[in-house]
Amino acid sequence: MIAMFFPISGAEINPIYLAVLGFFIGLMGGFFGVGGSFIAGPTLRAMGLDWNFAVGTDLAHIVGTSVVAAKRHRALGNVDLRLGLIMALGTIGGAEIGAQLIQMLKRAGNINLVVSIISITIYFSVSVFMIWESSLTLRAQRKGGRKSSGKSDETSFQHVTNWIHRLELWPMISLPVSGIKAISLWIILLVSFVGGIVSGFLGGGAGYIRMPMMVYVLGVPTHLAVGTDLFEIIISASYGTFTHAIKGNVDVLIALVMQTGAAIGAQIGAILTQYFAGPKIRLFFVPLPLIGAAIVIYTLFTGHKL
Amino acid sequence: MKADARKTLFSFLIELAVYGILIAVYFLLVLHFLGPSLGDFEKTHIRLYALLAVGLILGQSIVLEFVTTFLLRLLRGRSE
Repeated sequence: MIAMFFPISGAEINPIYLAVLGFFIGLMGGFFGVGGSFIAGPTLRAMGLDWNFAVGTDLAHIVGTSVVAAKRHRALGNVDLRLGLIMALGTIGGAEIGAQLIQMLKRAGNINLVVSIISITIYFSVSVFMIWESSLTLRAQRKGGRKSSGKSDETSFQHVTNWIHRLELWPMISLPVSGIKAISLWIILLVSFVGGIVSGFLGGGAGYIRMPMMVYVLGVPTHLAVGTDLFEIIISASYGTFTHAIKGNVDVLIALVMQTGAAIGAQIGAILTQYFAGPKIRLFFVPLPLIGAAIVIYTLFTGHKL
Repeated sequence: MKADARKTLFSFLIELAVYGILIAVYFLLVLHFLGPSLGDFEKTHIRLYALLAVGLILGQSIVLEFVTTFLLRLLRGRSE
């Protein structure tokens, strides 16, 4: 099939490439609960889209992928609607602050270096921590003769999670779907707010930081963290798409084409989570932030954008 | 076990083929005609375009979710 002209961004791209990219991003989204912006953004750029359109269009595409994957996860019982709605509030607030920080750095004139260093630090920290924790958990399970299967979940960080659950900061709420008897509302808002700042600061849905924080800080089981994160992303990424579209950064036609591949990928990814236990999903997650870090390092040292 | 895997792979390939045909028709008909009008709309009514963009992506994802779920159920004969 020949390249298709997209009049909003003025780009000429083969729609099959977009659908295939969407399929892989959808597969990742359904399995890990992330938007995949650290791969989709640079790939859209490589296909000839300007950076502003790559960022805005990717966000629009994330909305669609999250709808399909979250609906499938909901059917599998992996979505805590109450937690997702509370987190959406914190994420939107944090995203605004993150965007303001970017504006401040733009005025200071050193945005590229600062954002690159911060993103590399975040990506590496998340990966190193998760590889350490999930390996520790899997080793402990093997030693204890326990076999993780299906939705069974445990973490080596449980003592910290328990301590956080014991913090009595009014108002305390319960999240029966996630198996949390009582947790301070402020802790949930803080976690989503931090995720929102990273999202506004580095772009994309920031699922690579929110999903692990939901598991380790809030104590949400991995399968539920993946599904709830996707549900939360629908709300926050819709808001982000709207604000980016007003600034003229969204080519919705490209997002619609990508979505055709993402729909089937997200379904498969969500179904696949049934066959892996929490620590294994977290271990498979490790390379994703590292890919993001590699792309940023490449851009930083060569000056070329992928 | 091997027969099961072969059956699943076969179903998946049929799903992809049916889905591929639907998507090709969609590219040719809908996006071809929608493109120019959306392009004009983006230049003249940016706020309405922003709302429409969110609406379109949400609407399409709901329809596609329905289509892919329907295909999965139809070809596998059970709720996945």
